[in-house]
Amino acid sequence: MRVGVVVFPGSNCEYDALAAMTSLGADAELVWHSTTELEGFDAIILPGGFAHGDYLRPGALARFSPVMEAVTRFAADGGSVLGICNGFQVLTEAGLLPGALQKNRGLTFLCQPTTLVVSSTASVLTSRATVGRELVIPINHFSGSYTCDDATYDELVANDRIVLTYKDNPNGSRADIAGIANEGGNVVGLMPHPERAMSTLLGSEDGRILLESFVTAPVASLVR
Amino acid sequence: MVRFFSVNYFVIVDVTLRSGIADPEGATIERALPALGFTGVTDVKAGKSFRMNVEAESEAGALEKASALAERLLSNPVIEDASARLGAIHAS
Repeated sequence: MRVGVVVFPGSNCEYDALAAMTSLGADAELVWHSTTELEGFDAIILPGGFAHGDYLRPGALARFSPVMEAVTRFAADGGSVLGICNGFQVLTEAGLLPGALQKNRGLTFLCQPTTLVVSSTASVLTSRATVGRELVIPINHFSGSYTCDDATYDELVANDRIVLTYKDNPNGSRADIAGIANEGGNVVGLMPHPERAMSTLLGSEDGRILLESFVTAPVASLVR
Repeated sequence: MVRFFSVNYFVIVDVTLRSGIADPEGATIERALPALGFTGVTDVKAGKSFRMNVEAESEAGALEKASALAERLLSNPVIEDASARLGAIHAS
């Protein structure tokens, strides 16, 4: 399993993602955002941070980085793509996932453990988890309030694309949404940081089941 | 022979949240106003404004260009509306 972790100017969670992937036995490497070809990779991670300074809006400039055309093709070909935090914001700006991430309700930067509930296993991030299982995973964001129109929300629900929800909504996200998948289940974005929940020594290892799913579940095995 | 000269137009682009989208900044500002003695101020909306010189052959051309870049980059159409308007003309 060869995983590419995309590095934008301003990314800051790429080494956490790299360490998490390596600890799960994946062959992971960093990919600079000017890359235009992702051939040979089995999965791509857009890590957390402040890509391009988060200027304008989080993800608004990163979506025009050269690598994003390659990520879009990679996703269209069924490749596994995971956007964590800022990476989720980039995926929504790029149109690979619907909706948008707005400033948190309360306008405060939130950095705290949260309890998530697995609400769908039909994604590359949750295929090995169990619906209803609670996971303690930290969040670390200012703009994490998931927003979408009614038609998009109905579509997400109807197709089981809401993969993770907050038990106690910290940021005002619509319907407690913490993470969603695309129609094929191969592109997933979430605001919490599973790569920071890989060891009980550091507070929680509940992120493992998610990232284990990501490195082991071939998309073709997903049944909707 | 008629020649069209490109001129720099001063364009202002306003980006605001679409109606129905939560605006915690605007709501917070509105709540703070009575404490400062400003009463009767409602429907406060926070937004962004961008100012730029746009080279074009006409006002319409400048606004068209600014509207296009506002839709593609300056705003997120999922949650925001953008509108371009003309300021004073700068000689090129």
